Amino acid sequence: MTVKTLERQDIVDFLYTEAKILDEWRLLDWAALFTDDGTYVVPPIGEPEAIPTKSLYYIHDNRSRLQERAERLLKKEAHVEYPHSTTTRNYHNILVSDIESDVITVECNFTTHRTKREVVDTFIGKIKYEIVRENDRLAIQRKKVVLNLDSLRPHGKISLIL
Amino acid sequence: MERIIQDNVEKSEFLVNRRVFSDKEILARERAEIFNKCWLFIGHETEIPEPGDYKRKKVGGRNLLFVHSHDGEIRALFNTCPHRGALVCREDSGNSRVFRCFYHAWSFKNDGELVGMPGKDGFPEGFNDEGTKNMKAVNRLENYRGFMFVNFDENAVSLEEYLGNAKEYIDLVVDQSEYGMEALGGVQQYSVRANWKLLAENSVDLYHGMPTHKTYFDIKQAQDPNLKRVKLEGKGINLGNGHSVIEYVAPWGRPVAQWTPIWDEEFKNDMEKMKERLAERFGEERANRIANYNRNIVIFPNLVINDIMAVTARTFYPSSPGYMEVQGYSLAPKGESDKHRLARNNNFLEFLGPGGFATPDDNEALELCQEAYTNNTEVQWNDISKGMVRGEGNALATDELQMRSFWRHYNSIIQASLDKEVAHQ
Ligand code: FES
Ligand SMILES: [Fe+2]
Repeated sequence: MTVKTLERQDIVDFLYTEAKILDEWRLLDWAALFTDDGTYVVPPIGEPEAIPTKSLYYIHDNRSRLQERAERLLKKEAHVEYPHSTTTRNYHNILVSDIESDVITVECNFTTHRTKREVVDTFIGKIKYEIVRENDRLAIQRKKVVLNLDSLRPHGKISLIL
Repeated sequence: MERIIQDNVEKSEFLVNRRVFSDKEILARERAEIFNKCWLFIGHETEIPEPGDYKRKKVGGRNLLFVHSHDGEIRALFNTCPHRGALVCREDSGNSRVFRCFYHAWSFKNDGELVGMPGKDGFPEGFNDEGTKNMKAVNRLENYRGFMFVNFDENAVSLEEYLGNAKEYIDLVVDQSEYGMEALGGVQQYSVRANWKLLAENSVDLYHGMPTHKTYFDIKQAQDPNLKRVKLEGKGINLGNGHSVIEYVAPWGRPVAQWTPIWDEEFKNDMEKMKERLAERFGEERANRIANYNRNIVIFPNLVINDIMAVTARTFYPSSPGYMEVQGYSLAPKGESDKHRLARNNNFLEFLGPGGFATPDDNEALELCQEAYTNNTEVQWNDISKGMVRGEGNALATDELQMRSFWRHYNSIIQASLDKEVAHQ
């Protein structure tokens, strides 16, 4: 098997694909992008490096929790997202580090718009990914979403996957 | 004008006029008669443990500075400059001996006393002899077992008297820790596009548990093959003064101390030990109540303490009839091991908070109520009758006695205020 050398563009395409999967509500496919020990976390606002025993995260999912999150959101009884909201995710300022190493670190800014019942909420911030090569594919080992907001007002919730 | 509630015990029917959720005049009365006169939660004493620690807080629409002054006292200062009004402290939290207003550089000790002003020669000697140039403190700030409240009415009854029967239930929450409870960092600042009273109702409403949170209970069932049927059973209790509680059993794990299969086996032993220790301290019966029963408490008007799969306190305030700002706290025993703390927090986040599997659905339910109150002119009444037929002393946790208790008290304040006006006309 020949292992293709990874280019920055491969990483960028991978991120854009993730965003597209989420915008298309293919949430099980999204969960499948993670490694078996993958995690998805959203630290408290203003404390991007918070220690999870000292400060409460908004989201602190291990692999099984993020699977449950994806499955839950697809159910009709996930009332907050039924009918599904419409989302547009944009990733910008993508910086890829250590493309040669086992764990590739990627940082980007994001803007995610969510609209439902004629109300648009916009989430902005920074995402840090740790991406690994796994069986000829790229997979997310860690996704950390740092919100650059003062509070969750007027959004009120993080019902969608950021 | 229509009454705001109809309380018909004979018919076992209780109705609330929907205009209380959408009317600006009602909100003005709530501000004057409720938020300016009731005890309002400002925060937990452990948020500012050291002298100099401070945190900005919005309470009852005011901008306050919750501060641990160097004389050892905890104060709530109005965060406004006695000179020309600017917000003095702009950081959300920190530690400082002095606060300096940047506008003309007046500075204040952390007990509020004015200690410096440029251009002193422009003011007479003894200019501040009466202390009117100090940052003003809220006169009434009282503490019940770490929970701190302010009251903007100087003549209010004491906090203890106000809490009344609710103290017993706060005690059950606090007694789970031998060393007291502490507030975690990361207080959740969010909002709901709905009237504030809908959240007071929702927080002691077990009736909505299954239909609204089915997805959560599905997950619980998948995690625990032995969980045949989700049981949510207990009592609803009126605590007086508008406070109420539900006390009940539920299928989720409780960090102190009811094990659940998402936690490893080692925890099981730890939790048995915790429970033994509770029994030593309080006897079997109370230990069982502390460890195995859940409590959702509403302290009128706007504090909820939920001791459920974790302990959360939330407080909320209306900036308009259809919008509230919410603060959500997580409380945990001081000295809890890191491993337990993580398990607790993960249990919290599975259900609670803006990213949980349940709270966003509550948020949605409240917003849908608010959205449909556009029909209030033609469709006027909310029904809160469930369980009346059993008699109010026999209410189940899944009945609506808790909300009726809130509304009866609310009515005694707001209807009285409306009637007074009519009498004067
Ligand atoms: S307004 Fe604060 S010093 Fe003038
Ligand atoms: Fe709920």
